[in-house]
Amino acid sequence: MVGNAVFRVEGLRKSFGRNEVLGGISLELHSGEVTVLMGANGAGKSTLVKIISGVYERGGGAMTLAGQDFAPNTPAEAIRAGVVTVHQNINDGVVADLDVATNLTLDRLSGRGAPTIFNPARVRREAKAVADRMGLAIDLKARVSDLSLADRQMVAIARALAHQPKVLILDEPTSSLSSAEADRLFALVDRLRGQGVAILYISHRMSDIRRLADRIVSMRDGIVSGVFDSKPLDYEGAVNAMLGRKIHLDRIVARSSAKAVLTVEGLRIAQGARPISMTLGDGEVVAITGLVGVGKTALAETLFGVRKPFAGTMTMDGKPYAPRSAGDAIAAGVFLVAKDRATSGIVGGFNIERNISLPFLKRMSGLNVIKRRLERATARRQIEELGVVCRSEKDEMSALSGGNQQKVMVARWMAQDARLFVLDEPFQGVDISARRDIAAKLRASANGRATLLFVTEIDEALETADRILVMSEHTIVGEHRNADVDMDRLLAEVAGGPLHSAA
Amino acid sequence: MTLRDYAIRYGFIVLLFGLVAYFAIAADGFVSPQSAVFIFQSVAITGVLALGVTATLVVGGFDLSIGSVATSAMMASAYVMVVLEQNAFVAVIVCLLIGAIVGLINGWLIVYMRVPDLLATLGMMFLLVGLQRIPTEGRSIATGMTMPDGSVANGKFSDAFLALGRHRFDFFIPNLIPVSVVVLLVLALLIWFFLEYTRFGRMMYAVGSNERAAELAGAPVKAYKIWAYIISGVFASIGGILLAARLGRGDIASGNNLLLDAVAAALIGYAVLGAAKPNAFGTAVGALFVGILLQGLTMMNAPYYTQDFVKGVVLVVALVFTFALSGRGRR
Repeated sequence: MVGNAVFRVEGLRKSFGRNEVLGGISLELHSGEVTVLMGANGAGKSTLVKIISGVYERGGGAMTLAGQDFAPNTPAEAIRAGVVTVHQNINDGVVADLDVATNLTLDRLSGRGAPTIFNPARVRREAKAVADRMGLAIDLKARVSDLSLADRQMVAIARALAHQPKVLILDEPTSSLSSAEADRLFALVDRLRGQGVAILYISHRMSDIRRLADRIVSMRDGIVSGVFDSKPLDYEGAVNAMLGRKIHLDRIVARSSAKAVLTVEGLRIAQGARPISMTLGDGEVVAITGLVGVGKTALAETLFGVRKPFAGTMTMDGKPYAPRSAGDAIAAGVFLVAKDRATSGIVGGFNIERNISLPFLKRMSGLNVIKRRLERATARRQIEELGVVCRSEKDEMSALSGGNQQKVMVARWMAQDARLFVLDEPFQGVDISARRDIAAKLRASANGRATLLFVTEIDEALETADRILVMSEHTIVGEHRNADVDMDRLLAEVAGGPLHSAA
Repeated sequence: MTLRDYAIRYGFIVLLFGLVAYFAIAADGFVSPQSAVFIFQSVAITGVLALGVTATLVVGGFDLSIGSVATSAMMASAYVMVVLEQNAFVAVIVCLLIGAIVGLINGWLIVYMRVPDLLATLGMMFLLVGLQRIPTEGRSIATGMTMPDGSVANGKFSDAFLALGRHRFDFFIPNLIPVSVVVLLVLALLIWFFLEYTRFGRMMYAVGSNERAAELAGAPVKAYKIWAYIISGVFASIGGILLAARLGRGDIASGNNLLLDAVAAALIGYAVLGAAKPNAFGTAVGALFVGILLQGLTMMNAPYYTQDFVKGVVLVVALVFTFALSGRGRR
């Protein structure tokens, strides 16, 4: 099939300021094939998609569509040329308050040559033609807001297909679908593949990838780190290329712990998931790794009391632990540095000092009046401890770099002693030196508590943890002591496939 | 600090002093204790309401029902004393209860029924405007009025209650400071201390700035939001009590512009000292600013119908100060 590519990207580059996001991406898409694009957060997938779909201007390189130069300035131009994208957020692709028929023909209602008068009969006729071509069995008169998420997605895709594209890009289309709903989507993708559309399918879900992929392209740090197109596809190789494995300069000395802090038994965090059991010990740093969407955040939130488990029990220091809110968890000494600090960590209106004191105001108050001197002293101490680079504790959070913002988040929860310290993706959007600082601090202060990290990148787990647990499909599927880790087994577990007997 | 920072920080205060200086020169008798007290008195009721609505602004909400809560409290106090012939204490308690209950319902609608704050409190506003007219079939309440069933209401406003609106404390000059001004100052100090120095106030700001972060820091976010509306309701009912005590009757036609004036004061407060967030001190200064402006204009014989226009201009300028200059609006 080589040389038969309908869409070709060569040496694509893009930088935001000094930050290079894409460092020369080359990619080929073939008619009638599903190419899966894999990459961890920040690998540059969405930037690539936005350039192809005409949202961003490219910084360098070339794109060709069916041999012609392809350089869209706007999303509309890309669509007209035959490159159509269905974005991750389903509701971006449909207008909820209009009916299905109008949604399917929405793009014909505006622009040059569109009729001034809205003609419902004609719209329905055109919509019916679009729906039939796709085999879409949805009432065209139904309002989109009344449809299920899966049906909305079908409408969004159908709307995209109304342009009869040569290239279709699906950005994490199953991220909010149930498995039965996903099956309908797969059937549709099969049908489109049969019709000769070149599909770029972006996903983290191994089950999707196994079901659909004809080829896999892995991305890492803005470059293509692996292309896999010989059958049978090497899924573990693709995961490895995406998550990467570099030579570690600072190998850690794995410790083991005798004294259990938290014991989890039979914990079920999703409907139909297999139960989780684990023990976290005093002084131990444990990392749980796994792809995006396998339930890492769900487990973190369950431990922190903001999500109810479906079944199972937890025991802390020999006593039952069943937090019903974040407040309960904090009172029990369980602290969580939540994923995505901008939305769930940083209080934008507060400076560094007030961000640090936030969870412990009760402990820092007398008669409910905040002891400001204590608050300031705590903030100064924590800034010093974590090495936050700032002018003073009065600096606004927005003045700090990503790495320093994350240090403040960690400093916040280290201001008091935890029994169980949980960090969900603590290294996301954090530069390498801040990441080293945080990891070193976590290990140095680990005594007296159990520390649990959730990380997608295996490297991060290898750099910080004494023990590594692997999650897949909402349960724990593997355990490794961080000393001479069997990487083949670990990657196989991450990829969720059956173990090779040879490994 | 750059010139721009100074402009953001002190611009509004400078404007306030400039205004005072201008009126002092241009309007005869503007600089006198009586004039100052008159200004305070004119802003006392809207000031109290504005302090209440500040609490809801802090948690990222809004309360449009404050004006109607105040008038409902006014009508209720008149009804309790004139028709039910109860004493001042009962009247005050009934008013405060009305404020707290309305606030609770507002909070419940917003937090549990997920009605957007503006719509929930707008609905409550209409509801109360109608409700306060039902017991008397739309008539104002005064001693000697005829009730719908033909009987005559013989109760009257008690002297203790009227004193809330009419008594003046001696302060260097005899009979200088009205009770309403004292109430305003006390409430302003209370809410300022509450918001700035207690952990509850701090958490309310956190809820308003990033609800999810506040929740993950262990705050009972729903409770904080509901309490904010209760504070707003109670403050508004206090404003209503002061209004009733000043008027001495339950007048269905008064209190029409309480809502707009109070909201304007609270929003102007964003611009004071470059806070760029709702704050009690700013709200008090905002209320004072509007009061000074109107008093000055009145003393310079500006016609009454220009007042709303002037208030609007001040509000728009203050909002520009807050959002455009400080850049906080684009987050």
